[in-house]
Amino acid sequence: MKRLIYILLGVVFGMAMYKAEAASWFRIYEMFNFQSFHMYGFMATALLIGVIGTQWIKKSDAKDIDGKKIVIQPKSNSIKRYLYGGVFFGMGWALIGACPGPIFALIGAGVLPMVLVAVFALLGTYLYGIIRDKLPH
Amino acid sequence: MEWLMNPWPWYVGGAIVAVVMLLLILLGKTFGFSSNFRTMCSALGGGKSCEFFRFDWKSQQWNLMFLLGTIIGGFLSVQFLSNGEAPDIATATVEKLHNLGFASAGTSYYPTEIFEIWSLKNIAILAIGGILVGFGTRYAGGCTSGHAISGLSDLQLPSLIAVIGFFIGGLVMVHVLFPLIF
Repeated sequence: MKRLIYILLGVVFGMAMYKAEAASWFRIYEMFNFQSFHMYGFMATALLIGVIGTQWIKKSDAKDIDGKKIVIQPKSNSIKRYLYGGVFFGMGWALIGACPGPIFALIGAGVLPMVLVAVFALLGTYLYGIIRDKLPH
Repeated sequence: MEWLMNPWPWYVGGAIVAVVMLLLILLGKTFGFSSNFRTMCSALGGGKSCEFFRFDWKSQQWNLMFLLGTIIGGFLSVQFLSNGEAPDIATATVEKLHNLGFASAGTSYYPTEIFEIWSLKNIAILAIGGILVGFGTRYAGGCTSGHAISGLSDLQLPSLIAVIGFFIGGLVMVHVLFPLIF
């Protein structure tokens, strides 16, 4: 039953990414050229609702569905890992025009080369796991 | 029904993503799509050769279900909720892309020059792009969902640094490397 909730949320998410064109290579290229408000408006709307909702959940001491108090783990403080890692990801995002969610929405949409992208993304994550001790964090 | 079949406006997409994230928080989870790559590495036995993948990946099964849903969502969008309309990208962008050799700009959802021709160059682009996404998201501890949406909504400074990194990487790729690649 609970699994079905997550599948349904994923369906809604995948449809939103595809239908609102956040999964379009062209929209990502346009965004990095600052030639349209589309993607910025997308993120601004998400953040407006996201910030209000998240802060409200934190202030109201809300409990999750299992009755546990909701604690949002703060991210560990560092600059290097977020900046360097972010640059690597940003380059990949612009090159294939999709972040991880849209990669899978596009697989569902029948864009088969995205299967290859996903396989290599797995390899990329594995590569990180192997060399992470040698990377500045 | 026509409004469902047409491309959805950005404020609808953005609002849905925020609501999905908030529902996941209320379910006791954290919205972060790229974590699935680590989970899959672990489920495929990555823990045997690498400590980073030695964790209870089964606790992340909910996220794999979310991923499965995302695939289904893409499928349903194309099969039942699409009139085949291409994203209405800016005229200046279309022009720029035509000059780069992307004739499909303005008439297709994705550049057919990359995603419909299995040339060696295209395979290299897909492979390198995939590695950058998989490596970069784990190095940065999250992708657009984990940092740009969840992290910034929680007013986390690390997420702001990550998003700045995303943009530096994206701008370098599009403005410095694209002219060399295409």
